[in-house]
Amino acid sequence: MIGFAALVDALVYTRSRNEKLRLIARYLQATPDPDRGWALAALTEGLSFSAVKGGTIRTLMAERVDPVLWALSRDFVGDTAETASLLWPQPETDAMPPPSVSEAVDLLSRMTRMTVMSELPRLLDRLDADGRYALIKLATGAMRVGVSARLAKTAFALAFAVDVEQVEEYWHALEPPYRELFAWAAEGAEPPDTSERPLFRPFMLAHALEDEVLDLADYVAEWKWDGVRVQAVHARGESRLYSRTGDDVTGAFPEVADALEIPAVLDGELLVRGNHQGGESGGAASFNALQQRLGRKTVPKAMLAEYPAFVRLYDVLILDGEDLRELPWEVRRARLEALMPRLPSDRFDLSPVIEADNFEHLAELRAGARDAAIEGLMLKRRDSPYVAGRKTGLWYKWKRDPLLVDCVLMYAQRGSGKRSSFYSDYTFGCWNGDPDEGAELLPVGKAYFGFTDEELRQLDRYVRNHTVNRFGPVRETDRSLVFEVAFDSVHASKRHKSGLAMRFPRISRIRWDKPAHEADRIETLRALIRD
Amino acid sequence: MAAPFSWIRPEPHGIHVVPADCWIDPSQPVANALVTHGHADHARGGHGRTMATAETLAIMELRYQTREGALPVAYGETIALPGGVKATFVPAGHVLGSAQIVLEHAGERVVVTGDYKRRPDPTCPPFECVPCDVLVTEATFGLPVFCHPPVEREIGKLLKARADHPDRCVLVGAYALGKAQRLIAELRRAGHDDPIWLHGAMERMCGLYEEFGVTLGDLRPVGDATKDELRGAIVICPPSALNDRWSRRLPDPIAAMASGWMCVRQRARQRMVELPLVISDHADWGELTATIEEVNPAESWITHGREEALLRWCQLHQRRARALALVGYGDEDD
Repeated sequence: MIGFAALVDALVYTRSRNEKLRLIARYLQATPDPDRGWALAALTEGLSFSAVKGGTIRTLMAERVDPVLWALSRDFVGDTAETASLLWPQPETDAMPPPSVSEAVDLLSRMTRMTVMSELPRLLDRLDADGRYALIKLATGAMRVGVSARLAKTAFALAFAVDVEQVEEYWHALEPPYRELFAWAAEGAEPPDTSERPLFRPFMLAHALEDEVLDLADYVAEWKWDGVRVQAVHARGESRLYSRTGDDVTGAFPEVADALEIPAVLDGELLVRGNHQGGESGGAASFNALQQRLGRKTVPKAMLAEYPAFVRLYDVLILDGEDLRELPWEVRRARLEALMPRLPSDRFDLSPVIEADNFEHLAELRAGARDAAIEGLMLKRRDSPYVAGRKTGLWYKWKRDPLLVDCVLMYAQRGSGKRSSFYSDYTFGCWNGDPDEGAELLPVGKAYFGFTDEELRQLDRYVRNHTVNRFGPVRETDRSLVFEVAFDSVHASKRHKSGLAMRFPRISRIRWDKPAHEADRIETLRALIRD
Repeated sequence: MAAPFSWIRPEPHGIHVVPADCWIDPSQPVANALVTHGHADHARGGHGRTMATAETLAIMELRYQTREGALPVAYGETIALPGGVKATFVPAGHVLGSAQIVLEHAGERVVVTGDYKRRPDPTCPPFECVPCDVLVTEATFGLPVFCHPPVEREIGKLLKARADHPDRCVLVGAYALGKAQRLIAELRRAGHDDPIWLHGAMERMCGLYEEFGVTLGDLRPVGDATKDELRGAIVICPPSALNDRWSRRLPDPIAAMASGWMCVRQRARQRMVELPLVISDHADWGELTATIEEVNPAESWITHGREEALLRWCQLHQRRARALALVGYGDEDD
């Protein structure tokens, strides 16, 4: 637990991704089984213990600390686990030595609601403040140390010099503490068998098309739908839905997962049915509609009815026990088309192939696409196998040209890591009326990329010389600089005062030349809403 | 007979010793000031007469470029003030020159601690406990979550970070008066004899410490160094320079900060600190409460900091206490 607590603390304070990778890799190399497996599980998906909840900690503290002193402390520290770890009274007699991670996990999992109030204190007594913090975070299932599952898998691959895509595939076959995964990676044992389980298989990804012109004899075009890329998997009576990062999102879209009843691994775009401009009725709604359903562990019935989800299929990886990934795209496509009648049509449809005479014709189709659910085009080599990750020359994405709007810089915040001395995160706004008649700027978005290092230095200088107010790491500027902001789409949003939310905003140009009062108005932006 | 302690009055801008017409740590210019220590929130310029230790007066002179009206008082020395008030300066263990002020009048004794700590500090004499009727105590770290670890552990963390990253430098944010010099002295005590590099704002204060006999070893200005010279080095700067443009000249610095606040993770993260060092020049919660018990005053007056929690503790322990509403303290140190 001491090594784990040190790792947790180091991750709390480290902002650099590479440094985080190194920290986790070093821990995994140096720590024996099964501790490292439990630690990995705690960092990524989080462990859950039925008897230990946030409320358990508060009750324990209420028995030991005056309520006024607790409230003042909790208020200052801002985190229950940390406050408890600092306020926990040191035991007067020598406690047992600190537990290992696996001993702690074992003890926690055996606690019941009857025993937790006497057992948990004994465990806390064996640790110092940092150890108690790590234990409480581990026990209540909320580490929040900025480690995504992908980052942990990358660190794992780094630690044992194995392929991250293989880690991805085997990982999902196993339960914590992942003994077989470590046996394979660290000791060269046989990889775990993954064929009979509803597992995640790593996605094939695309490069952005820059200035290339592709020959449509070699490449086929499909729409790039603006939803969430998912993988639908069924094996042995169990269905799962995975996001691009390999996270299990079955709980948020049960109607889709339940509808897949044949053993298969399918790749497609998760969308919500809805009316939209210019498209077929009952087709896909914009991303904004889908957002209502994202990030939920369970879905209320009303939401299932209001925002019914379906998957628009791109590809088939595995079918009836046969791995098709080595086959050319054209063959897989034929298998996918033949498969469609076996799938319920309200939950699965086929992403159509776009008929175009030549590349110029395709460019026209792309420019003319007005459907809110279309993000652009995909171009796939007709003979491409399905390979994990991004491989040059096989798949390309060709996004629709971004929308542009002129905004005024309002606030700047310092970045992190190498950018921590630069004001590099910009909040910008548009006018809510005629600026000459007293209109105000309302924030419409935030961006922290789209400029060169040299431009960043210029912007940093600009912010420092035009500051009118400071709030911690944030500076308010005198609202004199105009950014041309590029973005993929804009949606109505109740969360923002302007009533708008941009997708993928980035700084397209810095308009040093343009006076602020000539920047765009909110209504210009509102007219671009397409849902 | 007057009401007990009516001769000493806490006012928003300082503690007024009425019969002597003296103020302790006044935040506005007054005719007669008694100053506990040199931090800017306690020692301001512009007073007619300033009574303080020679060290504190030297610090004030360095900062305000004037010695006018300075009256040095040695530790242990008792001076007679007008109106039958006696004042004695006693070590507070906070920074060089820091003193508690013991006031006696009409058979009553009041001790004003100023800022203090109970841990040993190689740069100043240790806190002395003075029995009294009223203890006017600080409460900067007046919450039970504050439990400062041994300084050796934190110095160990700093030296380990340096050893682990020979291509980078460790940049430690530390207040220019007190914390910086204590940090250097503790590094020397731990056997670190290499040059320590200083931000320009640190140099004069370190020089002043040396003049008062605190040896700090090989100190060099960062301005003179090349990037390569600073690889594997320890650099000390004021906290405000930690993530500012100034630090761009350093080789991929690890941002560290030496402060009592660093024991709270969010505080460290807000300042974008990668290596928090919990080193404080104030008493932590255990020391604040233990000091009240040890001094055992009839009444405790709690000043700048988190008065509420310490007040609550006094209540729970059946001790008479009140919170003073003094303004403008706690801006500079820790």
